[in-house]
Amino acid sequence: MNGLPPNPRPENGGDYGSPSQNEGSQVVDCPALSPRGEASRGRSGGGAPMMLSLGPLLTYWPRQRVFDFYAQMAEQPVDIVYLGETVCSRRHELRPEDWLDIAALLDEAGKQAILSTQTLIESESDLKTIRKLVDNGRFAVEANDMGAVRLLAEKKLTFIAGPTLNIFNGETLRFIAGLGATRWVLPPEAGAAQLNALQAQRPADMQTEVFALGRLPLAYSARCFTARRFNLQKDACEFRCLDFPEGLALSTRDGEAFLTLNGTQTQSAKVYNLLLEMPALLAADVAVARISPQAEHTAELIDLFRRCRDTLLTPQAAWEDARQHLPGEPCNGFWHGRPGLEQIFAE
Amino acid sequence: MSAAAPLELVCPAGTLPALKAAVDHGADCVYLGFRDDTNARNFNGLNFDDAALAEGLRYAHARNRKVLLALNTYPQADNWLRWTGAVDRAAKAGVDAVILADPGLMGYARRSHPQLRLHLSVQGSATSYEAINFYREHFNIQRAVLPRVLSLAQVAQVIDKTDVEIEVFGFGGLCVMVEGRCSLSAFTTGTSPNCNGACSPAKSVRWEQTAAGMETRLNGILIDRYADGERAGYPTLCKGRFSVDDATYYAIEEPTSLNTLELLPQIMEIGVRAIKIEGRQRSPIYVAQVTKVWRAAINACARDPQHYTPLPAWMAELNKVSEGQSHTLGAYYRPWK
Repeated sequence: MNGLPPNPRPENGGDYGSPSQNEGSQVVDCPALSPRGEASRGRSGGGAPMMLSLGPLLTYWPRQRVFDFYAQMAEQPVDIVYLGETVCSRRHELRPEDWLDIAALLDEAGKQAILSTQTLIESESDLKTIRKLVDNGRFAVEANDMGAVRLLAEKKLTFIAGPTLNIFNGETLRFIAGLGATRWVLPPEAGAAQLNALQAQRPADMQTEVFALGRLPLAYSARCFTARRFNLQKDACEFRCLDFPEGLALSTRDGEAFLTLNGTQTQSAKVYNLLLEMPALLAADVAVARISPQAEHTAELIDLFRRCRDTLLTPQAAWEDARQHLPGEPCNGFWHGRPGLEQIFAE
Repeated sequence: MSAAAPLELVCPAGTLPALKAAVDHGADCVYLGFRDDTNARNFNGLNFDDAALAEGLRYAHARNRKVLLALNTYPQADNWLRWTGAVDRAAKAGVDAVILADPGLMGYARRSHPQLRLHLSVQGSATSYEAINFYREHFNIQRAVLPRVLSLAQVAQVIDKTDVEIEVFGFGGLCVMVEGRCSLSAFTTGTSPNCNGACSPAKSVRWEQTAAGMETRLNGILIDRYADGERAGYPTLCKGRFSVDDATYYAIEEPTSLNTLELLPQIMEIGVRAIKIEGRQRSPIYVAQVTKVWRAAINACARDPQHYTPLPAWMAELNKVSEGQSHTLGAYYRPWK
């Protein structure tokens, strides 16, 4: 019921994402924006519940494990699920068609299924994959590169502006909104001060999403650091990422957990966790909190966020409970305008 | 793009003496930044105020060279006016182009200074012709600087499908990560290349002689440790030695510089319009040495591409000023990936 159709946007420009635009939808087998989605669009700060999303799976898992994972996620209290391979084009346990099947399954379970595009585009075949996602005809797309934004805007489709588009100011936010973005994701390195300033400048219909839990995606490269660990070239990587469902731990020479190698992506070793900051997220009228999939305990963490949002658990209790489910120490420095690896307790 | 257009040599200037060194030794263009966080080399004692910029422009323009001004960090909601002010200052000074990364700022430049030529910075992370053409359509960019992630064949594909001039990095410090999409320094030190214009900043560095050897740290994180007799390098965080799965090695990249001198014939052949030398933070001597070698190489290659090979003396000269005294072809060479 929550399927977000790839709405054609009005020719006259402006006012994207308003409820009225859905009347122009050419997609008949798909409901218009859910009441929940509409309700969350306002900036009232009261009444509209914050939604929870599951970010794209960043690590590389065997095919069956991915299907099993999303079958489980279909039963969890997340409102939105981002799907697809965003890290490496060599990863092909699932093809775009498989991701569409999973999207359909989640749609039937009442989730808003969104297809995420690859972050680093290198080749014509990378572009072909994006075009396939853009042309899927049913599910909305999260653009993680300006090339994807161009392809979506050309087709006059509404879209989600992903965390790697580097939206740091109101001028850029309004520009992206004008191209059809109905939701944007704060760059993870930005914090509360930047968020609040942008919330004051965002277009009225724009939803804001914040990366709220997971190892931080910190960098992307053409080089594969997992292959490098095994003295392999990327083109002949033997798909070693499959051996590391949680990524490959990198520590300093004095034994401090520092980073996580995930193929061409580098993540933090610590786990970004904004459970303590949930009251601040709610006060800032954040529409969506994003939880990044983990190899284990994703469902438990989603439930902690749900109970914290619904004030069934205090942020402190939820945060304490979450620790046992995280693959590393917690951090939240970015939110507080500090080095990302820090954990700050004072609001 | 016409492959016949000459290849421009674009050289760095952190100071006025460096600008003059670049011009004197054969740069076609010099790029520089203002003395603040509006550019990606925001280091103490570096960069140009309005007077130095005016003098630099006089010097370069008198010799028919161009000056490009990098405004390639991302303005924030609370400091937006510093960036738009910098665009205004650049336009008023008469620079030949500004190098921008932020779409909002490009929109401002188009509206306020329609005659100002815009280049897309490497910090814009545009690696495909779709992304580059996007900036062309919306902001009429004239040139794009490619992140150091594509192979030469991939660069050629981009050039085939855009009217935007393509500039590539030819020499200097090597970002292993896609520029504009790296938060490693922000994560470790709180200083963000995207927003603050610096990576692994000196203020976060600590050198410490310990029983285990010389240790280099960034905000307390051990980046490397050197045995007696090992040459200790600056702790750029992606060029340190770390432990992965019981092996200790340069897990991300060795301390090394990009050097594409040997690729010049192909770079010219596929129609690259400009080649960029990294190093605004380096000395005028570095700028002079590197510019001189690249000028000679480009001239030799343009005269006779079939018989061009980099002279050993050129390579030796460049290796002398390279990080770690070694060089790599980076992503241009597929196995590097």
